[in-house]
Formats: sequence, structure tokens, C-alpha cells
Amino acid sequence: MLKGRHLIGSEDFTIRELEEIFKLADEIIEDQDSFLDSCHGKILGTLFYEPSTRTRLSFESAMLRLGGNVIGFSEAASSSVKKGESIPDTVRTVGSYADIIAMRHPKEGAPRLASFYSPVPIINAGDGGHQHPTQTLTDLLTIRNTKGQFSNLTIGLCGDLKFGRTVHSLIKALSKYENNSFVLISPQELKIPDYIKSDVLDKNNIKYIEVERLEDVMSSLDILYMTRVQKERFFNEADYIRLKDSYILDSKKMDLARKDLIVLHPLPRVNEISYEVDTDPRACYFQQVNFGMYVRMALMLKLLGVR
Amino acid sequence: MLYIDSIVNGIVIDHIKVGYGFKIFNYLGLNNVDCRVALIMNSPSKKCGKKDMIKIENVMDLDLTMLGFIDPNITVNIIENEKIKEKISLSLPEKIEGVIKCKNPRCVTSTERNIKHIFVLTDEEKGIYRCQYCDHIYDTWEE
Repeated sequence: MLKGRHLIGSEDFTIRELEEIFKLADEIIEDQDSFLDSCHGKILGTLFYEPSTRTRLSFESAMLRLGGNVIGFSEAASSSVKKGESIPDTVRTVGSYADIIAMRHPKEGAPRLASFYSPVPIINAGDGGHQHPTQTLTDLLTIRNTKGQFSNLTIGLCGDLKFGRTVHSLIKALSKYENNSFVLISPQELKIPDYIKSDVLDKNNIKYIEVERLEDVMSSLDILYMTRVQKERFFNEADYIRLKDSYILDSKKMDLARKDLIVLHPLPRVNEISYEVDTDPRACYFQQVNFGMYVRMALMLKLLGVR
Repeated sequence: MLYIDSIVNGIVIDHIKVGYGFKIFNYLGLNNVDCRVALIMNSPSKKCGKKDMIKIENVMDLDLTMLGFIDPNITVNIIENEKIKEKISLSLPEKIEGVIKCKNPRCVTSTERNIKHIFVLTDEEKGIYRCQYCDHIYDTWEE
């Protein structure tokens, strides 16, 4: 039963619950018209304490396509947060106006804190470098509809694995399925945090290797998940400049990969995937954006108990 | 040889890791009680070579969760008529609230006011706790 639940981390839902959401997303993709009024009279509150175009618009368009309405703010400066209001007070207030809340916050754990006080479901729309579970749902729906399975996969994760919250969430989610292995491709400074290794990978005896060169592992991958080195996660600009061009995927590297590889990216990209790769049929990152909206529609329908 | 009387009724906190006795003495506020209290440091021990020990000649409520967090190897003996009535072995608590602080500068607890810092035990053997908000690790053996 997903009605009334929060989604804070990608590990919050069981495989069965995730499957429920994906099935509903597929139904929506099949016949969007029959969902036009599903959320009539419902309001989504979007609490975006840091700028986001893609995720916020994806949530808003998802609710509007279901016939509901949207209220909220898109940066902390335009809300009472600027006056010093605490997260518990903000969610208790907005929870009185809205039926469901999507929250993005630069501080890690902010949505978890919000969920302790909110009278309505909280969806984590990204908390600092920590988690981004609806991106994970998007990634999983894309994998499901392109690879047809969640098991027996070799998944390469490339770029910023330290601050890349989508990477952390995806590893946690794919670790629930059988016989997956991970290839973690990053510079030393942006390696995966220890807690992901100890609490997720080692704890579940999941195979993984850490490498620094993308070329060396391209041929072994079923999925390549590219990430952007995010400027906003660095305290020091010099470190950002030194690492931002660490990995660039181009046609030459794609030539080394399998024919059935899929390339994913949470977007926006800066220069880590060359534009020449966009026309490669294995590039699935724009399909991913589309799946993102459908999976958020399905998620909100489930948490609101509408379907 | 230093000699300390056995107690008739009270509590003996035994097998405290050397150096932790004073910490526990302070945590329990034993400097403010009016009964007889002995803090014994560096006492010889068959089990662990050396140990600290606290004897309290009074029965009082102890926060065993917190004591377990400070040192899970502690044994608490409840003494009645000079005999051990109950022996309690401690362990690391599953959850600790408002005791330690998250050191992750990106954690929401670093900026929000009046939040209880909550840690959950994720690896008992290694003494690893995880911040319930941001997942940052707290290693009890390293702290």
C-alpha cells in the first residue's frame, strides 16, 4: 500500500511496490487521455530551496497532466525561508494547503526531516549530494523499457560518484535485484562514498570494481550511466575546474561498447557526452526525460491513493 | 595495595574500558550524589588486563542505552545484601537520539535549529552508526 507514504530514499519501496508504480506508468504511457482528470481537485506543493528546471517542471507537468494544480516556490529567496522559517514549520504550513509535497533542498536529509512533520506525503526531489529517488524511478523505468530486465546487468557509473546523488540512489535500487555488478569509473577525488560501499555493496556481497579509465571497461557494460561534475557541490572552485573534464563520452569510446549498451544521463549535461553521441541509437537520455514525467505521474497517483 | 570496601546495596559498573571511567562518572553526575561512590581506574582485570570500575552505594536509575553507547563491554551488577542480584551485559543501542552530532557539514542538522541528531546502528561488529538524515557514518571505535 503506497497511499500516504513518503518517498525519501530509493530504498524506501520494495521491489513489488516499485513494480506497481512502473506498471501504472506503462498504463499512462499507453493511454494518457484516460488519466486527464485523475487528480482533479488535488494540489502539489513544490518546495524547491535550490534551483532546478528539469525536476521541478517534470513534477509540475506531471500534476497538470493529471488534472491537478501546483503551488510552491522555486528558490528559497522567494519564500518565508528567507525570514528564517524552519523546515518543520514550512512543511506543516504547506501541508495544510497541498495534498502532496515535492521538496528539493541543498542540505542532505532535509526531506527526511520534513517527513517527520508533514501531514501529507513528502517526495524527495533531491537533497544535496545525498539522494534523488524520483530520478532513480526514472532511471529504472528507462532500464525496464529498454533492457527489459533489472537483473544480471553490468552497470557502469561514470564521473562524479562522490557528490552524484542519482548514482547513490541508483546503486541502492539496483542492489535489490539479482546478480548485478557495478563498474565505478571516477577520478580518485570523486570516488563513491564509503557508506555506499559498506552499507550497500559489501553488505549485500555485490560485485564491484573501481577504475579510473572509461575506455578500459566500455566493452563490459550493459548500461553506462554518465554524470556531470557538479560545480555547486564543490567548496573550492579550483578543484571543480581541475576535475570537470575528467570523462567525456564520444563516438570513439562508443565504438568500443556493445551493440545493446544503453547510455543514460540524469541531465543536464555540460560536456561529458559529445553531441555526436546523441544520434547513436544507444543514447537513451532524452527518452529518460520523458519516462521521468510518466513515472512521477504514476508515483503521485499511488501516494495520493487515487490509483 | 589499594583496598576498597565491598558494598551492601548498590551498583557496580564493571569492565569499563580504561580511560572511560571518568567519562561515565561525569555522565552519571556522580559528583553530585550524596551516597558513597568509588571510581577505580586502571584496576587489574583477568578479562581485559586493566579496567576502570565504579561502585555506587545506592540503587539509582541508569540510562543503560547511553552506557552501552559509551562502552558496550560494560557489565552492570546490581548488589543486594553484598551479593550480585542481577548482572546486566550491555550492547550498542540500535538507535541513539540527541547524544552525538553529525559531522557532515552538508547535513540538514548543521543548519536547522532544535533538531534531535539521530543515529542508527548499521554494523554492530564494527560499531558503525549512520545519521538518520544524511547517512553520514559515525564510527564509535574511532571517536
